[in-house]
Amino acid sequence: MASANYQETEFGELHRRLTILRLGLLLVVALLGLRLWHLQIREGPYYRDLSENNRTRLVLLEPARGLIYDRHGVLLANNVPSFSLYVTLEDVKDREALIQQLADLLGLDPALIQKKLGGRGSKLLPRKIKDRLTLRDAAVIESHRLDLPGVMVQVESQRNYPGGMTAAHLLGYVGEISAEQLEKPEFSDLHQGSIVGQYGVEKSFDRHVRGQAGQKSVEVDAVGHEKKAAVVEKPQAGNDLYLTIDIRLQKVAEDLLGEEFGAIVALDPTNGDILAMASRPAFDPNVLSRELTPKQWVEIVQDEGRPLNNRAAQGQYPPGSTFKVPMAVAALETNTMSPSSTVYCTGGYQFGKRVYRDWKASGHGTVDLHTALVHSCDVYFYTVGQRMGIDVMAEFGKEFGLGQSTGVELPAERSGIMPSTSWKQQARNEPWLPGETISAAIGQGYVTVTPLQMASLIGTVANDGVSYRPRLVQAVMDRTTGNLQELPAVPRGKIKAKPETFRLIKNALADVVNVGTATKAKSSLVTIGGKTGTAQVAALRAGPEEHIPKKFRDHAWFVAFAPVEEPRIAVVVLAEHMGHGGSVAAPLAKEVIETYMKLAPQVPMVISEAAKPGQVRRSTEQS
Amino acid sequence: MIDRWTDHRSLDNFDLRYVALILVILGIGVLSIYSLTHAQQSGGMPYYVKQLVWIGVGVAAFVVMWASDYHRLARLAYPAYAIVLMMLAFVLIEGRTSKGAQRWIGVGPFSFQPSEFAKLVLILVLAHYYSKAPRVGWLQRVIIPGLLMLPGLILILKQPDLGSGLSFVAVYAAMLLMVGVRSQALGVILLFSVMLFPFVWEGVWGSLHDYQRQRIMAFVDPDYDPGGKGYHALQSRIAIGSGELMGKGLYGGTQSQLKFLPEGHTDFVFAVYAEEWGFLGVLVLLALFVALIWLSLEIASKAKDQLGALLAAGIVAMLCFCVVVNIGMTAGMFPIVGIPLPLVSYGGSATVMTMASLGLLLNVKRRRLSLFY
Repeated sequence: MASANYQETEFGELHRRLTILRLGLLLVVALLGLRLWHLQIREGPYYRDLSENNRTRLVLLEPARGLIYDRHGVLLANNVPSFSLYVTLEDVKDREALIQQLADLLGLDPALIQKKLGGRGSKLLPRKIKDRLTLRDAAVIESHRLDLPGVMVQVESQRNYPGGMTAAHLLGYVGEISAEQLEKPEFSDLHQGSIVGQYGVEKSFDRHVRGQAGQKSVEVDAVGHEKKAAVVEKPQAGNDLYLTIDIRLQKVAEDLLGEEFGAIVALDPTNGDILAMASRPAFDPNVLSRELTPKQWVEIVQDEGRPLNNRAAQGQYPPGSTFKVPMAVAALETNTMSPSSTVYCTGGYQFGKRVYRDWKASGHGTVDLHTALVHSCDVYFYTVGQRMGIDVMAEFGKEFGLGQSTGVELPAERSGIMPSTSWKQQARNEPWLPGETISAAIGQGYVTVTPLQMASLIGTVANDGVSYRPRLVQAVMDRTTGNLQELPAVPRGKIKAKPETFRLIKNALADVVNVGTATKAKSSLVTIGGKTGTAQVAALRAGPEEHIPKKFRDHAWFVAFAPVEEPRIAVVVLAEHMGHGGSVAAPLAKEVIETYMKLAPQVPMVISEAAKPGQVRRSTEQS
Repeated sequence: MIDRWTDHRSLDNFDLRYVALILVILGIGVLSIYSLTHAQQSGGMPYYVKQLVWIGVGVAAFVVMWASDYHRLARLAYPAYAIVLMMLAFVLIEGRTSKGAQRWIGVGPFSFQPSEFAKLVLILVLAHYYSKAPRVGWLQRVIIPGLLMLPGLILILKQPDLGSGLSFVAVYAAMLLMVGVRSQALGVILLFSVMLFPFVWEGVWGSLHDYQRQRIMAFVDPDYDPGGKGYHALQSRIAIGSGELMGKGLYGGTQSQLKFLPEGHTDFVFAVYAEEWGFLGVLVLLALFVALIWLSLEIASKAKDQLGALLAAGIVAMLCFCVVVNIGMTAGMFPIVGIPLPLVSYGGSATVMTMASLGLLLNVKRRRLSLFY
């Protein structure tokens, strides 16, 4: 090396420095030792005392869940104080006696208390035995507190839904985190007893709404009662949600369904905002957010009407004649039919040995596409389906989002079925039969859809093929910073179809209401376009509708949009086992649309002007 | 060619003592982690088992570093630094967040912390830099190495990870000290700023409002003391102090078992140990660390060339820094920053990195009997 000399001197220098480092090390370690000697030997007894008398406990401070509002700032979910009963096992002298005492005082099942106390976990952490104590129960416990070591009553916030059953399926409910959920990484910062969303938006936006628990250190006396408390870490409230729904429209939709089973979805086709999403029967989220007894659970789960099922997003039904809307688009776009080509309808369609009947036994005569939609001619669409084939139908169905979930922010959304030859091969391991194409052409057979999918579909048609993902939450308010974060509409692309196609079909749909199968939806306030559907439930039926047992009666559909000239709302009504779409479903859709038209113009948006339909519409016009 | 340079006696007495020391300290760590967490944890792989897995990985890293040639490793220093910088940048964008700071890259159920590895790579880079050619003058001795360190430091502080950032600077400072700076002035300035830091800190800190302090702390180091009330520091002092001379015995640490002491298995593991084993146990552990560092210094002073000496010195300096600052902060002598106790605290990246560094040290010693030229 060229610099051997340099290296040598450097080297010697380095050695001298290492010696300094050694001395430094000894000095510092000596200082550490001295400090530890001071802590452990000189002040040891003092700290020993502190640690022994330190009967302080860290108690978790549950965060307040974020509030939920509708699009105009009407409160849908908040928190109210309630009393909860806790037991700290460390302080309990005689467990069996305590269980018996509590059971007697509060009228609880001893086995249930036993179960609550039996779980894994530290003896030092208080365990929740019961929430929502009545004031009387809380007073009883407090007056017996000297006989009940280890028992304490805490004021906590309890989720509350002021509207009761209103929008229950959307909001969902909350509950104690389950053992399985605790194992999952997304809940890693939670603990036994944490409250998390279990359904609806409460579940899908739990991460936002949940907040972060804080801690306080509590000094307790010999029987475990709180003496002194200091907040160590403040809980952080969860973020507030602003939904897209208008609660007034939601209530109207729910009241329209009344006692009947079914769903109504209304959305803004220009941005995908869900304005209302009703499903009946419903449940009371206040009840479900409480701790239910096993018996109550069984009652709810075994209820024939399946009230926990959100029919709008989880109910899968044959679309019936509403399916003729995407079929009509397909027919024109594939040139299977021109607007003027006609089919002669005799009231039946012969295929192989079988005759497929039209709903009108006498037949519609010569029909073109317009008439076929207006009067819902089955034979015309049998013909279209037969010429097009199932796979082309499937392709267009998928373009419109059938057979796949819409991606709305709700747990357990179902995707329905858009059948094709490959689907049947995979799902059933059977080849596709030609006759099945004919049933599929009028939305029967294997085709199933959710009301939400149909709302999105008719909205897309109304919006000339431009579609948005249906969404429920338009903004999130950060409670710590006060920032309002608006969530943008999510475009899903544009259906590849000529503007002329949509113009023709929207015209026909307007005439469905004017002169066709849905004259009951005709409104004096606004122009409405729509399509009726009657989905067969049972294949074999005899006699008039009224004589058939209700569970075999047809489902009534109506899909609609308004105003026809510049659509601002798309509505879907599905009434289970209620018969014809034109007579049952169409009037309900009209009510929803008229309500919205009356509500919408006068009410300025509370949240923001930016999320208003107007802006989005402008951008879609450009595209 | 390389074989001719190598000391062929596979493991001599020195090596055995060295390895035994490391294993005993690791054992103390696992025992403390086990004692603390065996009752608390529900579900998932227990911490002490995870730590054993990491030690297994660490042993592999140790052997690899020991068996290779440190001259070759030094030649890889710059590319390795580039990779580490990329990982640090990646962590900022994609990393796992914990307690407000982004430090981890997830690998299945485990996460690893690039900032730990950055320290070792920085030692390699600086040792390589100084030994490659004579570095004279302020620019070459101080400024350029400082600029080398800077991107890593910035990325680490950005996470934010004050503890790793400080050890980064400590490595740089130790290297400067080892090669010597011509002007004594720099040394004096460094020394004074370190000495004055607590006073400046107290002065500025004392004049702030509570919420301002919280905001600053949340920015600088969000891990500790969220209420700003000295809760963690106090609980840690109570834990150590209440151990007295003999300690409370295994599982006996009420402070830690009752969860008064946060982060008991990671940064505050020393407090857990001190509570359970008392002043006697503390003396034993301190003695073990002093012995380990002493042997390491021995290696540094007998290294055959400047590269070896600098590598060894850098590693020893880093080890010293972590041990002293960690014990000092748990004992309430320093403000609390997130630095784990080497070989004892739970934590995969730190354990593997420390063991790899020690392997590299032994590598330097292994080659000291070979000829220079």
